[in-house]
Amino acid sequence: MRFSALRVLKEGLTGNKGWTAHWRDPEPKDEYDAIIIGGGGHGLSTAYYLAKNHGMTNIAVLEKGYLGGGNVGRNTTIVRANYFLDGNTEFYSHSLKLWENLEIDLNYNVMHSQRGLINLFHSDGQRDAFARRGNAMINQGDDAVLLDREGVRKHLPYLDFDNARFPIYGGLLHPRGGTARHDAVAWGYARGADQRGVDLLQNCEVTGIDIENGKVTGVQTTRGAIKAKKVAMVVAGRTSQVAAMAGMRVPVESTVLQAFVTEGLKPVINHVVSFGMGHFYISQSDKGGLVFGGDVDFYASYAQRGNLPMKEHVMEAGMTLMPMIGKAKVLRSWGGIMDMSPDGSPTIDKTHVDGLFLNCGWNYGGFKAVPASGWATAHLMATGNHHDTATKFLLSRFETGYSLLDEEGTGSQHNLH
Amino acid sequence: MRITCPHCGERDRREFYYVGDALAIDRPEPDAGSDVWNDYIHNRDNPAGVTRDLWYHESGCSAWTVVTRNTVTHEILDTMLAADAKEGQS
Repeated sequence: MRFSALRVLKEGLTGNKGWTAHWRDPEPKDEYDAIIIGGGGHGLSTAYYLAKNHGMTNIAVLEKGYLGGGNVGRNTTIVRANYFLDGNTEFYSHSLKLWENLEIDLNYNVMHSQRGLINLFHSDGQRDAFARRGNAMINQGDDAVLLDREGVRKHLPYLDFDNARFPIYGGLLHPRGGTARHDAVAWGYARGADQRGVDLLQNCEVTGIDIENGKVTGVQTTRGAIKAKKVAMVVAGRTSQVAAMAGMRVPVESTVLQAFVTEGLKPVINHVVSFGMGHFYISQSDKGGLVFGGDVDFYASYAQRGNLPMKEHVMEAGMTLMPMIGKAKVLRSWGGIMDMSPDGSPTIDKTHVDGLFLNCGWNYGGFKAVPASGWATAHLMATGNHHDTATKFLLSRFETGYSLLDEEGTGSQHNLH
Repeated sequence: MRITCPHCGERDRREFYYVGDALAIDRPEPDAGSDVWNDYIHNRDNPAGVTRDLWYHESGCSAWTVVTRNTVTHEILDTMLAADAKEGQS
């Protein structure tokens, strides 16, 4: 079933009775050519690109809960390509290009909205750092505009420009940055994969990974044993548990990241605004809710809910930056489990087991990476080689120290990102 | 989340700086080799359930504290001074 304006019109006039399920609910087969553990954004996009780019359609996605029930359904939906380091810039640049064509590619409305992202700065030193970052983005072929104080004021007149502690000196505008409808991304990839023959197996928890003579042969699940010569672990915050089934200890610590949404308001915030000094970022959803978040809670957690100190901190940062939001009522807050890596960057790599692949370590930035992550993971699984845009996300970088991707420059150590 | 400091009693979580897995009290020998050091610095068990991690009572008595807690429920099960924990292990 293809979506089109004509179809929407027709269904609207005929009681919406013609819509069908977006994907099948198949029984597991005994064997697949490849298995992807994890039915979140990255797992579903991996399956989609395996089928679309590499013709591998006899594959399955195993999800212990429901599709898109993890972090892809509980983030602040920001899409951007404003990275600084080689290794990251080309990857996120590729991802943004995929985003820009995603709706046509998937025939699915992911509501990708390039409303512009502004990172604010508050000192001369920060201005220099953002100018340098902007140049890195432009060198990569993406867009960046350094705004002075008055330039920011034209875009964001409602900020507190003269805050005593953090006066606004300017901002780095990334015009192609923006947001997307997070659930729709998961659903669109799921539907696209399903249409190409991929089996999406929900309520199917992996309980063991079968390895013989250093090669992966399949997995044990709550819906029975399934054979496959290629298996990818794409499970974000649960990476440590799944990798342990293959005898691996991985450089991941799971941490909770909270986000918040207010009641629906009339359009008031047109951009994505990021306030690094308070670690606060905000945008307004198409329903009108202000969607905002802050830093991780900074301790290992699987609770999918945070603690009050970070809530207070985020609210304070928001009030510091834009006092106008003080009357808005917060409707909900939630937490997602982040797979934090020592240097703050991800891993897309092979493992010590033949045929077993690892995609993890997305920290608090996995959503924007969904298209390129799936693309690169699929490429690695199908060809055995790293994709050109993802050559540096190697597990070995932590041990060797070579090509660490420490965007924040804080060091390759847990608890610093 | 409130953490019971062995010296100061139950305190707000914000008084503590989180360091990470309490394996830091089992620091390898300097010549243990790169595999051991890589494992120590980067790799983690990262359990969903009971874990032991190291918290520094930064805004209090400056004690290094080993906290045993549940990462799923945020329940604090036990706290002890890192020095005592290390002694108990040896």
